[in-house]
Amino acid sequence: MDAVTSAPARTILICSGKGGVGKTTLTANLGIALAKLGQSVAVLDADFGLRNLDLLLGLENRIVYTAQEVLAESCRLDQALVKHKQEPNLSLLPAGNPRMLEWLTPEDMQKIVGMLAERFDYVLIDAPAGVEQGFKNAAAAAGEAIVVTNPEVSAVRDADRVIGLLNSMGVTPVQLILNRVRPKMMASQEMLSVDEVSDLLALPLLGLVVEDEQVIVSTNRGEPLTLNNANSPAGRGYSNIARRLGGEAVPLIDPSKERQGLRSRLMNKIRKTTGLF
Amino acid sequence: MTLLDFINRLLGRQKPSGTLARQRLQLVLAHDRSDLNPELLEQMRREILEVVQRYVEIDLESCDVSLETEDRVTALLANLPIKRTREVPLPRSEESAAEGGADAPSPQAEADEAAGGGASERHGEGEEAPAPTSVPAESPPQS
Repeated sequence: MDAVTSAPARTILICSGKGGVGKTTLTANLGIALAKLGQSVAVLDADFGLRNLDLLLGLENRIVYTAQEVLAESCRLDQALVKHKQEPNLSLLPAGNPRMLEWLTPEDMQKIVGMLAERFDYVLIDAPAGVEQGFKNAAAAAGEAIVVTNPEVSAVRDADRVIGLLNSMGVTPVQLILNRVRPKMMASQEMLSVDEVSDLLALPLLGLVVEDEQVIVSTNRGEPLTLNNANSPAGRGYSNIARRLGGEAVPLIDPSKERQGLRSRLMNKIRKTTGLF
Repeated sequence: MTLLDFINRLLGRQKPSGTLARQRLQLVLAHDRSDLNPELLEQMRREILEVVQRYVEIDLESCDVSLETEDRVTALLANLPIKRTREVPLPRSEESAAEGGADAPSPQAEADEAAGGGASERHGEGEEAPAPTSVPAESPPQS
């Protein structure tokens, strides 16, 4: 049974503005990583239009009730929560029918998150992409926020819009995660650097996750990297973020300053001077 | 690729695309955050130039008024190279004086005139026009 905690739960919105930057993957991996650290965690799929958190956690076949029935009081909260088999510290509250978007209010979201906050240490809210009502509902229920972005112009611009909205709604603190980082491209300055993105957005960096094919493999299996493959490059990134959230001082690496091998440095030099390939 | 581009590349002078991305984002984020639409920004730019031109002659070719952002604070930066200062400030443009400063709803035309015909504006009868400082709603300076 979930521990009834005395300390107030941390309710964290995970959002990005742009779709496809890795919000849901982060929510799943961070949820598992926090659970492994001994925290009780609820992940709430607030993306009612395009729900996917159940799929990434491998829980899609175990859903009976959703947030919709909880709100309608046609089931109890613990009937709707889906507990992860391998990591029982983690439970999912699935998103309801997409038609919920038509009537859901910020107060409804606050009610659900409030119920979860009573019985978990962490409530991670997977926000929908965009800056419309679905996002605002989810943000209204959050005590703090994590903005996920990629080192690309469109993702950074959209993140900035979201940060502006979070500021105006009084959600604080807001921290940044840079996802899908390609160290080689950063080293050759063909990608926005970690510092550049966090300076542009003026947010403290909570962590970075490198681009990693294993993410696709893990989503295919419905097993987040932090569950069984925490030593993969991206898995390490997610695990470090979980530890930093808990207050542990885990040093950040700057991929643009990572020392490259002699061969790739030589090739970079040749490529830069000739511009031929 | 032009020959110049190619030479620049040979000498390693081409900017890496990451730097370009940062510069482009700095501009676009400043605009997004200020919520000023381009027309309003242009109107403000013209009015600023108009006021400055009454006191100094500026090099209109190389004037630059833009928004820049750092640490989520947006600033209006104006770079207006001064050719020479005017000994006597020009009076406010005729119309606004005549209309009693009816807070000119469309200053575009005026601004263009002021820019082009700075000299012709000087026919303010040469009276040692005291600089009309504030916005006197009902005091045309010609006595």
